[in-house]
Amino acid sequence: MTIHADHSAPETVAGDQAGDVRAKFGISVEDYMLPARHQIQMVNPDGTLRSKDEQGTEPGHEYPTPGDSELMAAYERLVVGRRVNDQNSALVRQGRMAVYPSSHGQEACQVAAAMCLQEGDWLFPTYRDAVAVMTRGVDPVEAMTIFRGDWHSGYDPKKYNVGIQCTPLTTQLLHAVGVAHAAKLRGEDTVVMAMCGDGATSEGDFHEALNFAAVFRLPVIFFVQNNKYAISVPLSHQSVAPSLAHKAVGYGMAGERVDGNDLVALMAVMDRAVKLAREGSGPLLIEAHTYRMQAHTNADDATRYRPDSEVAEWQAKDPLTRMKAYLTDKGLLDDAASDRIAEHAESVATQLREGLGEDVPVQPLDLFKYVFSKPTPQLKEQSDMLAGELARAESAGNTDNSGTESAK
Amino acid sequence: MTVTTTATSTTTANVSAATASAAASAAATAEATGPQSLTMAKALNTAMADAMRADPSVLVFGEDVGLLGGVFRITDGLMAEFGEQRCFDTPLAESGIVGMAVGMAINGMRPVIEMQFDAFAYPAFEQIVSHVAKMHNRTKGALKMPMVIRVPYAGGIGGVEHHCDSSESYYAHTAGLKVYTPATVADGYRMLREAIDSDDPVMFMEPKKLYWSKDQVDLGALRAEHDAGTSTEGRAAVARPGTDATLIAYGPSVPTALAAAAAAAEEGRSLEVIDVRTLVPFDDETVCASVRKTGRAVVIAEAHGFASVSSEIVARVQERAFHYLAAPLLRVTGFDVPFPSPKLEHYYLPSVDRILDAVDDLQWED
Ligand SMILES: Cc1ncc(C[n+]2csc(CCOP(=O)(O)OP(=O)(O)O)c2C)c(N)n1
Ligand SMILES: [Mg+2]
Repeated sequence: MTIHADHSAPETVAGDQAGDVRAKFGISVEDYMLPARHQIQMVNPDGTLRSKDEQGTEPGHEYPTPGDSELMAAYERLVVGRRVNDQNSALVRQGRMAVYPSSHGQEACQVAAAMCLQEGDWLFPTYRDAVAVMTRGVDPVEAMTIFRGDWHSGYDPKKYNVGIQCTPLTTQLLHAVGVAHAAKLRGEDTVVMAMCGDGATSEGDFHEALNFAAVFRLPVIFFVQNNKYAISVPLSHQSVAPSLAHKAVGYGMAGERVDGNDLVALMAVMDRAVKLAREGSGPLLIEAHTYRMQAHTNADDATRYRPDSEVAEWQAKDPLTRMKAYLTDKGLLDDAASDRIAEHAESVATQLREGLGEDVPVQPLDLFKYVFSKPTPQLKEQSDMLAGELARAESAGNTDNSGTESAK
Repeated sequence: MTVTTTATSTTTANVSAATASAAASAAATAEATGPQSLTMAKALNTAMADAMRADPSVLVFGEDVGLLGGVFRITDGLMAEFGEQRCFDTPLAESGIVGMAVGMAINGMRPVIEMQFDAFAYPAFEQIVSHVAKMHNRTKGALKMPMVIRVPYAGGIGGVEHHCDSSESYYAHTAGLKVYTPATVADGYRMLREAIDSDDPVMFMEPKKLYWSKDQVDLGALRAEHDAGTSTEGRAAVARPGTDATLIAYGPSVPTALAAAAAAAEEGRSLEVIDVRTLVPFDDETVCASVRKTGRAVVIAEAHGFASVSSEIVARVQERAFHYLAAPLLRVTGFDVPFPSPKLEHYYLPSVDRILDAVDDLQWED
């Protein structure tokens, strides 16, 4: 393996960047880094295409409309994503899943974040990004294992180039930076998608990750799904910046705002971001305006902190109905295609019901199996102790292991 | 989605509806006298409300503690009663919350701050270890740190990863922090009042599985006790008297130890249960007096056993009561593995059977 460590020092990077930007886009580096004056939006909530001059684009912030086949493929993932969200919420209600932080309403973001990537690229998701994980190719049942509660993750990150879903907020953004940096040192053109929520942008690691990525000029796309709330806390309590995308300029990277319920605009913005990052332009920050239609998780009661009217307002901006109307008007989507897509979504839901419904027996001794690659004598001792307990419980005809149950 | 609030068209309307009832319930508790059935959650909530009524410099802040009343509802109604100046949501940043509390404590306030879950306090670890714990010492007492950092901790609720850590040993190991952990509803009230009164920083570890445990408590009597200056700091409680062996437990493990003692009694063995209550400072006297009396002891803790509070307890007891011991002290702790996923946690947690097995191993035949 050859390690290249020839990235330039920060001063040179900043100097180059201004020149690069002027040569490439004919605008100042500040105008490039500041988001366009309006969010990028291509399709109205009723599915009609906005005229070019209403899409929010500007010189240096131009986005070609994605091609038809790309949009049809993305729509299919969108429908599957919604079905998966609703299936999982049902599994939680039935007690077959421990918890599910649903991305219902945010599926366009989920799909775009995964679909814009190429084979060798990486994705670093949060707890809310199971649909993105699945869209990226992770087996649906493996993707949901974390929520069933038998292990902390159900897939091999290296097999899919997908980090494990991360709960300690924004800690994964630095891992994304590290993966990008390692790839760069090896001379690979890997792009890394690093996801977080609006509330999470207040965490210290968010700052550190963006700064590192900018200083080392790494191909990382920081994708913030601004769904307006961090559990109960509205965005106005997190930041009084003009927008979250405006934070980019402070780090020396480009920021953009996009309608997070408009899959067409999202695909356009994300595709261009990936292209720029891969070409060596450094990191980008993309803020998608969307809405968490359901409670934070099943354990949360959203009526305590937000009015029904606000939810209803966002219901009208639903990403699925919008995309469906758009594709139908364009003559790309007919009843036959719709039926086929619905069937596909249903088959994934069935796969989840079957895969997560069946009570896979847990292996108690797995507790000790993966703590280290080289086990310690102490863990061997503890493992033997548990094995002894289990054996005694079994010989006492006690197959449910109640002998090791903790006091209630 | 399920939406149950009645016709409220603005967030403010929603807010006032939710908080008015919370405030009313807080006020009702405030007036209650005589024994009543109370949860640990309500006892902690009442302790904060009473402290805020008594002292305008007491502030409560953290993530989701305002309008929502905290994800466990421990701060429910405080914003409604005391206003957004005194109970408020911060941006989502634990290091920020603790660091700001340090500044506020320097400038005349008594912050009571909430870390949402045990593992989400880790971003604040630097502030806690480098500043909260050391400020008094560095300034030769010129700057005091009268703050309470509340941490819902430990498992037993089927929580997913990062929501069930037993992090008390990190804090107990850090010189300059006091570490309290209540195990009963009454202690929830008593100990939180005392923590807020303390001029030293207190890591207030709340066993989250006990939030909904109930007990008959007399708030009037507890308030009178507080006003008379009664202290629990450095005082372990004898949760159940006994003569044959001592079970030393704290926080979430106390009810498990009591259940084990009840089971042992049926088999004719009398176990004394000690509830340590404050890990720092540690009550050597009560713990060692019990072990000297019984001659045998088992220490119980949910945390990993290695380099932990439970190891410290064993070390202290053998240093002080060695010649009274009929058997080595044993421990029943969590295994030295990351806290497991919900379906595996009952294999990890100390159980009644494991405690009884350990008691059986205390060399009774000698
Ligand atoms: C370091 C840390 N602190 C607190 C939490 C608890 N927590 C989990 S999700 C969440 C809200 C995050 O909001 P946001 O970033 O907007 O993402 P969303 O849930 O809306 O997708 C909080 C406070 C956590 N997971 N990690
Ligand atoms: Mg959010």
